[in-house]
Amino acid sequence: MLRFLIKRLLLGTLTMFAVSLVAFGMFFMLPRDAVATMCVKNCNPERLERVRVELGLKDPLIDQYTGYMKGIFVGRDLGSAQGGYCDAPCLGYSYTSSEEVSDIFARVLPVTLSIVLPAAVLWLGLGIGLGMLSALKRGTVFDRLAIGFSLTGASMQLYFVGGMLMIIFVYTLKILPVPHYTSLWEDPLDWAGGLVLAWVALAFLFSAVYARLSRAQMLETLAEDFVRTARAKGLSKSRAYGRHALRAAITPIVTIAGLDIGGALGGTVITETTFGIQGLGRTAVEAVRLGDLPTIMATVLISAVFIVVANIVVDLLYAVIDPRVRLG
Amino acid sequence: MTHDAASPPYLQVDDLRVRFNTADGEVRAVDGVSFGLHRGRTLGIVGESGSGKSVTSLAVMGLHDPARTRITGGISLGGRQLVGLSDGDMRKLRGRDVAMIFQDPLSALHPFYTVGRQLVEAYRTHHPDASKAQARQRALDMLDRVGIPQPDRRLHQYPHEFSGGMRQRVMIAMSLMNDPALLIADEPTTALDVTVQAQILDLLADLQREFHSAIILITHDLGVVSQVADEVLVMYGGRAVEHGTVAQVMRGPQHPYTWGLLASIPSLHGDPEVELKPIKGNPPSLINVPTGCAFHPRCAYAMKPEPCAAQVPQLLAVQADGHRVACHLPEPERIRIYTDEIAHVGVAQ
Repeated sequence: MLRFLIKRLLLGTLTMFAVSLVAFGMFFMLPRDAVATMCVKNCNPERLERVRVELGLKDPLIDQYTGYMKGIFVGRDLGSAQGGYCDAPCLGYSYTSSEEVSDIFARVLPVTLSIVLPAAVLWLGLGIGLGMLSALKRGTVFDRLAIGFSLTGASMQLYFVGGMLMIIFVYTLKILPVPHYTSLWEDPLDWAGGLVLAWVALAFLFSAVYARLSRAQMLETLAEDFVRTARAKGLSKSRAYGRHALRAAITPIVTIAGLDIGGALGGTVITETTFGIQGLGRTAVEAVRLGDLPTIMATVLISAVFIVVANIVVDLLYAVIDPRVRLG
Repeated sequence: MTHDAASPPYLQVDDLRVRFNTADGEVRAVDGVSFGLHRGRTLGIVGESGSGKSVTSLAVMGLHDPARTRITGGISLGGRQLVGLSDGDMRKLRGRDVAMIFQDPLSALHPFYTVGRQLVEAYRTHHPDASKAQARQRALDMLDRVGIPQPDRRLHQYPHEFSGGMRQRVMIAMSLMNDPALLIADEPTTALDVTVQAQILDLLADLQREFHSAIILITHDLGVVSQVADEVLVMYGGRAVEHGTVAQVMRGPQHPYTWGLLASIPSLHGDPEVELKPIKGNPPSLINVPTGCAFHPRCAYAMKPEPCAAQVPQLLAVQADGHRVACHLPEPERIRIYTDEIAHVGVAQ
């Protein structure tokens, strides 16, 4: 187990290194002058040139890259124009918003976590519950309704569902505030009230996929010999299905759930835009639009961390659920 | 069958019919099967796949999905009528009065739970007042009884850590947890190595002597039946075609289908030059069962069209006591064909 963990962490670090190289390289391949884009007034060539030197953009690419990476691990001096010394893990100084990138992340990361994690709990509960029940009630009205629900959900777009939810609950019924983010620790009720529509919208779309997946998995498992054995032992239906079948059916779903949550943490831009909430996703898109290299690097790296960590967690969970899986 | 004839059989199946509704039509999986079985006796049910042998046993277990299955006739277990019993009532009998062993022990055991946990669960389901320690002790005893070395260590292992034969022993141990009066073994040795097969069959025979239970052994292999069974029921197309003691059916088989089954098993004692004769054709569709005798399209001795293609032959007693055959050929003719054309080929045991 420990060996597995060390191996995967090393592999994850390697992945991160590759991701950072690619992100860095792509930024400099863009046919765009970040400094000119940022500049609002008095943009004479001398001034632009001076800013380029201040930002280190005139240095050799390899120096820029190693400088950035060094900042992450040991911190570095960014110069007086960029807020002086930046402690490790230094993600750099934003070109556009005059603050350290780590400060930006301290602000937007809780927002994205607050959107994705409760939504994931909702969509997993709803999707798996619905799928399992409709498998057990295959062919009934309930099953058909559940299939209809998941087909509807799977063919919807988030901005449409989100918009409709806002029209209904915020602007027509006026029972919910305009979506916004408040810290959970400051005001839990306002935190939930401001995000609940985003959770519901995400859960609706994602649970559709999970309902279909769980239904198929459960139907397959119900036909397994060991479920028949459980019944032949004299177990009640609820115990045979709810324990013996469910445990086996849920294993592949755990894998997909882990990857989905990891992916969603790095890519909630549509959700954030739909509900007008500033999280990791919108920050990333804006950084790309403005050519804010340090912020781009940081968002790409953090999204990659989510995926890598999700993968490791999924593998560990798999070994916990299925004793046949030996890690090593 | 003369055995314990005075008392009623522990299991009595009367005119059992099992039908499934499918998209292609109604499947008549079992179509009027009757037999009785006393405790301490072993009945071998023999037939090809689709003959209705497994469906019959699952009906005894009450494991068919009631939404898609129609079961009529009678199944009496220790005097209790099982057909029409609610699932809640049937559940109390399953695993306690009647237990089942399946063909593939790897897929029949839950891959994610330890063997001990699965055994303990089987016991505590029917002994809700038993402590975990008591159930564990029972599991240890049973694992030991079925010949698993170091049961206290094995208890904590998962099914995939056992060999095929050991796994089937675990299944047998699990089926014995509640000391059932009837044990149904559905092809218990088919998935195992030949050497292990004999050990498992011996074990079943030993346990039967010890627990005095009735055993239904479902198999497609008449050789297995001749080793362990007392009686044989040969099924074809959802019906019983021949029923008698092992001696009657193996030494004086009277149904052409039984002849075919016997001719298709290799014999150690026969002439090695004699070719095995598989039965021509395929088992019948259970949706469109052939008219008359279901076997007539494959039968070399069928009298067509009348009566074999027109009337369903009844399972009728022949001269030998308790031996029943469902065939339109007159009995003297069947005996003549068997002695003249079949027996001398050297396949009879």
